[in-house]
This record gives sequence, structure tokens and C-alpha cells, in this order.
Amino acid sequence: MDYFLELFFGGLTRGSIYALIALGYTMVYGIIELINFAHGEIYMIGAFTALIVAGVCSLLGLNLISILILAIIISMFYSAAYGYTVEKIAYKPLRNAPRLSPLISAIGMSIFLQNYVLLAQTSDFVPFPSLIPEFEFMEPVAHIMGSSELVIIVVTAIAMVILSLFIKFTKIGKAMRATAQDRKMALLCGVNVDRVISVTFIIGSALAALGGVLIASHIGQINFYIGFIAGIKAFTAAVLGGIGSIPGAVLGGLVLGWTESFATGYVSSDYEDVFAFCLLVIILIFRPAGILGRTNTQKV
Amino acid sequence: MGKLWKVLSLVCVSVFLSVSMLWAAETLKFGVAGAHSGDLASYGLPSVNAAELVVQKYNAKGGLLGKQIEVIKGDDQCKPELATNVATKMVSDGAVVVLGHICSGATKAALPIYKEAKIVVMSPSATNPPLTQSGDYPNFFRTIASDDAQGKLAAEFIIENLKLKKVAIIHDKGDYGKGYATYVKQFIEEMGGAKVVLFEGVTPGAVDYSAVVQKVKQSGAEVVVFGGYHPEASKIVTTMRKKRMKIPFVSDDGVKDDTFIKVAGKYAEGVYATGPKDVSANPLYKQAEEEHRKAYGTAPGVFFFNAYAAAQCMLNAIEKAGSTKYEDIVKVLRTEYVETPLGKIRFDEKGDAEGVGFSVYQVQNGKFVELSK
Repeated sequence: MDYFLELFFGGLTRGSIYALIALGYTMVYGIIELINFAHGEIYMIGAFTALIVAGVCSLLGLNLISILILAIIISMFYSAAYGYTVEKIAYKPLRNAPRLSPLISAIGMSIFLQNYVLLAQTSDFVPFPSLIPEFEFMEPVAHIMGSSELVIIVVTAIAMVILSLFIKFTKIGKAMRATAQDRKMALLCGVNVDRVISVTFIIGSALAALGGVLIASHIGQINFYIGFIAGIKAFTAAVLGGIGSIPGAVLGGLVLGWTESFATGYVSSDYEDVFAFCLLVIILIFRPAGILGRTNTQKV
Repeated sequence: MGKLWKVLSLVCVSVFLSVSMLWAAETLKFGVAGAHSGDLASYGLPSVNAAELVVQKYNAKGGLLGKQIEVIKGDDQCKPELATNVATKMVSDGAVVVLGHICSGATKAALPIYKEAKIVVMSPSATNPPLTQSGDYPNFFRTIASDDAQGKLAAEFIIENLKLKKVAIIHDKGDYGKGYATYVKQFIEEMGGAKVVLFEGVTPGAVDYSAVVQKVKQSGAEVVVFGGYHPEASKIVTTMRKKRMKIPFVSDDGVKDDTFIKVAGKYAEGVYATGPKDVSANPLYKQAEEEHRKAYGTAPGVFFFNAYAAAQCMLNAIEKAGSTKYEDIVKVLRTEYVETPLGKIRFDEKGDAEGVGFSVYQVQNGKFVELSK
């Protein structure tokens, strides 16, 4: 039973991170039908920003909790600024171009950001301080779930709830839903679509940065390339759950995390990815739009 | 006028040719074969430099067996099909011994030709185990440890020094990491006394490794062996220690890297890693490095010291044997110790250098410390 619980919580942690990143993919796709390949890089930039902030703060002698909170807040702002800028530079000028053009622009942005960090920082792996403190009350269950895993799961859950409320009850949230449904009609009704798109990028990027800080602090190392694999997995999660759907991204992330964890635990870690992608294929065969995705019939 | 020039230059060329052929007849030919161009040239060119440096030393002392030594080069670009051409040319040019080839594949392709012609071949870099262990090529020697040497050392270390019975082996599915892991498994099973309870691959760069770590714990392993590079190793060690697993962690020279200690921090303490023996304190090593700097103005490249040692061993064998006959050279190589930058070496029955190889290192106070065996 212990073994099952260990795998369950391991999968839940991993799934939460996938979900945080997947939200960015799914929100952007929902609104402008673009797969933002540079999203994984925003996650990586979030982690690097947090590393720099943590370095400066520990020089100033702050305690661990305040460093963690400061690092999260600053890196969320910084990554949000990156997300906003990337959209303005790489996607906005192509808004009326064929769909393939912004996709290629996104891949270009991803390569650019990776190499930018490679040159500006380092190509090596760098140690990331573990910012999440070891809670004493977690000690009896430390072999099943560590403090950092607990923090990751709780923070992710809170972020999801806030995001759902934001989209449901605020004015800009309503505008986002309207734009997702029909961009032209929203425009006609007086929604500032440009602003909605910017806000989407800002929120998605901030969530990715949150994921970046949490996972880097959990794992203890980062380099310029971490965004690529995390991005691919999160994208898979978004597709699995139904791209464009926010609860779908969360569900997709968790399902993917659990699949990988249990496949490793009960079968073999050699086949971890095989199982993850088999699951994706099976789900897409039976529900082509993903678990919670809705198929929109194209009206001509 | 134009015609005259042509005739003149032809005459000149033929004069030079015959002169060089005359000269050639009086020298002792030392073949250097390997990748001297192409994308793997950086593996082969240092051996050319090494051979030239050693040969210059001999020539300055008046040569060998009363003759000057001449280095003849053959470029195989690490391609097996070119390696056979190079070998044929070496044989027809009358090379006495050959330093090379560089890559295992090319070496394997060339060896039958040298074996036929009874020429001693010594590689500074071909690490494929069967080249020596199959016993097919009695004329082949090498001054580098074979690929399985690290795996063997790790298996011995676990069984004999740590005295542990249950081993979990994890690798990164890559050629290098999986190869190492497979050798460790093979040697543990051959030696007996310990059991491999888990053998699995992990995906490099994955977000975390907690599931596989839990699996190691579930398997009841007393020691973890990891084949791969330091980024995954530090993630796995960190996860293990955070899950309160205190069992030893043994890895390869892909992990014996200071970045590993930097990244894993306090969790790196006590980790074992195998790596090449530290020979940098050897005065001959420093001397060879100095010679290279003086002659070429740069630090020596990869396999330079192995090639330097190989050239020394072969020329020493010819000198001691007093002949260029295959049997005499081989006999000296197997019996006489030679002082080289890699230490004091001679060759075993199969052709592997005794005294060249790996040591076990352990992280102690943030540094890799060589454990004496």
C-alpha cells in the first residue's frame, strides 16, 4: 500500500507541474488557436529568474520562506513580461497570416530564447537552492511525500482555483471567454481583443514561471534546455485533456503524471514515455478532441 | 618555353621521387594510422604529434638499430572501408609497427591485414572489448582500458569492498550509460555472490525521477549503480536522499565531474564513481605535455598520452629486441616494463596494457578522492 501511495503522490506532483505549464498552452490555443512553442522556454526563464533572485536574497540574509515568496513573485512578473513581449514581437504581426506562419514564428522564438539563455547564462547545469523548507510535521511521511511535493500540490491547486474564479467572475475573464468563442463577434461587441490576448499570455507565462520555480527547487538543478522536455510533456497533457479547455489541461496533466508514475512503478521505467503516448493515442482515437474537449463543427 | 618548364619540372619531380625512395630504403618506418581529417580528426591528430615527438627523441640519439626512424601517416577518417586501404598501404610501404587505428570500427577492419603481414599494431584509443579479448588478433595491443574495464571495476568494488548482495542498476538508455550498466550486470552475474534485483533505463531530462527511486526502494536493493552522465545522476541521488534512502550510489566517469558535486551539493557526499587513474602527477606526463607545448604551442589533445606511451612501448620493444621481427617485438612487449606518461606498463597475453585503467573515487568533503585499492 505504501508503494502505491508513493507512486500516487509522485505522479500527482509531476502531474501538477505538467498542469501548470499546460494551462498556458491551452489558454493561448483556446483564444488564438496557436500552439505557443516558446511556452516551455518561459518556464525555463522563470526558473532562471528565481535562481538569480534567490542568490541576491540569500546575500541579503532573508529567511527561506520570504526568499521563496519573493522568488516566485518576481519570476512570475518577469516571465509574464517575457510572454507579453514574445506575443507582441512574434505573434501579433502575424495575426492575420496563414496559421502555419505564427507556428513557425513560435518555434523560432523557442530556439531564440533557449540560445539566449545559453549565451547569457551558461550551457552547464547549475544548482538550484531548495527554497522549500522541510516541514517538521512531514517527517513521519517523508519517505512517501516530501515537503516540496506537498507545497507543489497545494500551490498548484490554489493557482487553479484562483484562475477558474478569475475566468468565471471578472470582466476580463468574461472577455476572454467571449474571444475564445468567436474572436470577430467579440470584437464587434466592443471587446478589446488585443488586450485580451495580451492578458492571456501574461497569465499563462506567470503560471509557467510558478511551475518553473517549484520544480527547480524540488529537483535542485536547471539548465537552458529544461523547457523543451517539460514543454513537450505539458503540451501532451493539454492535448490529452482537450486543448482549449482549462479543466481539461489540469485533468490531462494529472492523468499524464499518474500514467508515467504507475508505468514506471509497476512495469518499467524504460517504457515510461511509451505508456504516456500510448494513452494519448488511445484517448484521441475515442475522443478526438481530448477528454474534456468539445468538437466544434465548422460551419461553412 | 612552356614545354621546357614542363620537362624541367618533371625531371625535378622524378629526381625528388628517386631521392626520397633511396632515403626510404634506409629508414625504419613507423606507421601512424587513424583519423587525420574529417569530423573525428581531433581524435587522431594528437597521436601523430605524439609519434613525431617520440620519434624525434630517438632520432636525436642516432635512431634505432642504426637507422633513422621515419613516421608514415595513413588517414582512415575513422571509416572502416578507408582503414583497410590504409592498412594495405602501410604493409606495402614496409611499416615495421603501426600506431593506430583510432576508432574501434576502423581498427577492427584493418587488423586482419596487419595480422596477415605480421605487423604489430597498437591503438591509443580503440576501446571495444573483443578487439583484445576475442584472442583473434595476437598482433594487437592497446594503451587504453577497454570499455568493460569500468564495469568490471564497479562490480568488483561492490562485491569485494562494499560486500553488498543486492544491486539495483539504472541507466540513461544511451550507448555509454547502457553499455556501462550492461557490463556491470554481466560481471556481477559472472562473479556471483551478489544479485541484480533491478535493471532499468530512465529518460534523460525527465521532470523528476521519484517513481524510479521508489522502485529501487521497493526492490530492496542495498546499492544503486547508475550508468550515464551527471545531470541525471545528481537528480537521482538528490531524490534518493530526500526520500531518506541512504544506500551507496556507484557510478561511472560520466559522473566523475566537478559539476556533479556542484549541482548535487551536500547530497553528493559519499557517492562513488569510477574514473581513469590520475596520472597527472607523473613527471613523465608533465614532461610529455611540456614537449608538446614547446613543439606545437598548444596543450595536447585527447589520447595524446596514450599514443605517446604506445609509441614509446613499440620503439622500446624494437630496441630491446634488436630486430624488427614480429615475434621478437611481441615478446618484449609482453615482458618488459616501460616507463610512460601513463605509468609503468607492459602488456598481458591478450594485448591490454597492465597498469592502465580506472580507479574508484569517492566524494569526500566536496571533492573526488581516489580510493586506493
